[in-house]
Amino acid sequence: MPQSIIEFRNFSFRYAGARRDALRGVNLSIQEGEVVALVGPSGCGKSTLLRSIIGLIPHMYRGEYSGSVIVDGMDVARTPVSRLATRVGYIFQNPENQLFMFTVRKDIAFGLENLALPRHEIVRRVDWAMKTLGIEGLADTPPHELSDGQKQRVAIAGVLAMKPKVLILDEPTSLLDPVTAESVITQVKELHDALGITLIIAEHRLDLLVTIASRFIVLDGGRVILDGPAREVLGRPELQLIGVNIPAAAWVDSHLRSGEELALTVDELADRLNNRI
Amino acid sequence: MQTDSIIEFSRVSYIYPNGKRALRDVSLSIKAGEVIAVVGENGAGKTTLVKHMNGLLKPTIGTVRVFGLDTRGVSVAQLSRRVGIVFQNPHHQLFAETVEEEVSFALKNFQAGEDVIKSRVEWALEFFGLAEYRTASPFTLSEGEKKRLTIAAVMAWKPDVLVLDEPTVGQDFNYREKLQQVIRQLREQGRTVIIVSHDLEFLWPLQPRTIVMARGEILADDRADRVFTDGRLLTEAHLRRPQLLELWLRLRVKPERPFTSTGETVSWIRGLHQRGGEGG
Repeated sequence: MPQSIIEFRNFSFRYAGARRDALRGVNLSIQEGEVVALVGPSGCGKSTLLRSIIGLIPHMYRGEYSGSVIVDGMDVARTPVSRLATRVGYIFQNPENQLFMFTVRKDIAFGLENLALPRHEIVRRVDWAMKTLGIEGLADTPPHELSDGQKQRVAIAGVLAMKPKVLILDEPTSLLDPVTAESVITQVKELHDALGITLIIAEHRLDLLVTIASRFIVLDGGRVILDGPAREVLGRPELQLIGVNIPAAAWVDSHLRSGEELALTVDELADRLNNRI
Repeated sequence: MQTDSIIEFSRVSYIYPNGKRALRDVSLSIKAGEVIAVVGENGAGKTTLVKHMNGLLKPTIGTVRVFGLDTRGVSVAQLSRRVGIVFQNPHHQLFAETVEEEVSFALKNFQAGEDVIKSRVEWALEFFGLAEYRTASPFTLSEGEKKRLTIAAVMAWKPDVLVLDEPTVGQDFNYREKLQQVIRQLREQGRTVIIVSHDLEFLWPLQPRTIVMARGEILADDRADRVFTDGRLLTEAHLRRPQLLELWLRLRVKPERPFTSTGETVSWIRGLHQRGGEGG
């Protein structure tokens, strides 16, 4: 049986002062090496779920906490955030929240310096992370001079240098133009393929994820309501009712009810329709 | 100047104080009732362009006229009454202590009557699903809700021109549908809506006039179907084709005009099968 890297056991959380649970009775097991798309309408509990993995819940956000979250064998409630950060890397929607040093190299080294690693190890990891993301040429550039796509890559490199087992991306492409968004997602998928890193990507727009995610987890009202591969999950009628943006090609195919497995991309749908004519 | 144009850019260049040239020789004429999309890669000059529409930025070279007034001669406050801009980052726009105050602030400033303020604020809170938070602080809302609040606050005073900068970031299907509905209503009322966005799937069903920018210049200004059919233009401006247009282009048998909604696409394909695949 494959190793489970993240496990939610009957987990519920209610923020201090809130009237209802942000997450309720969540049981989830994510295996090492999976590519998970986390989707759901605004307020469904996505952010709460991610915060519970990286330890911001319960260490920074107070509230009623029950059940447990286990990350790489560690109980999140009993593990300091700094220790969790060596296993789970977190990429914000806006890379500006993550970049603050004077050069790209210093920014990527920041997390490692906090781990008090030896100098030569820091240099080695920073060089490796820059090379992996293809940003070696930017080493001495101040982050504010970078394009948005480059900033997102620097943020990913900074997290990657920590050698995490899991990479969490919280709406990583929503501020990027469509072509840059696609190239960032492709690069993240290549990291997964090369390093076996587990990916958890929260997104409102799914067209970029349908071909790369092996599993779609859908949250609504703080509960997991659907969990499976894209072809099973995206055809379900309740998705649109709760407010998930289904890519147009998948939406059209699910309404044609052809009986065949769901087409996820325009390519698949166009081929199928042209063959039928 | 044409009489029916409400916003007119004549050979506008803008150079930021640090020397960066953000607009180059831009000429543009916008009429009442138009829905306009401004697209292009990050840093193309889209936000700089719209900041000229209420006088937040004044051209370094050239002129911008809004409702006939040269923006150099009028205050931002005066222009804001008629041109409401909702910026990308809600944190730059929120300041009141409660959600309700946030929505009523501008109306009070514009000295609207009590009844008008009350009914507009109610409408905006209900429509944008914010009524339950009326007494909450804007800063306790989720990012998506904050974004909705900034749009509600501008919509409440019903400007003649509504400018939305990346309005769909972090928003789910239900809200996107609502926003499309508002934009269509405004168009029917003869108001003008200008949307800066990377979200081409959101823009496509609105069939907007589409302005494509790159490096501070306007590369194209045309109907959405013409812009998104032009492969070379899409590559140059870092754009992708909306899925429904791509599907239409790929089909061997297809209707005369591209699909603009998923519902219409499904009906047409079903009809085709019933007709025995002879096409339309």
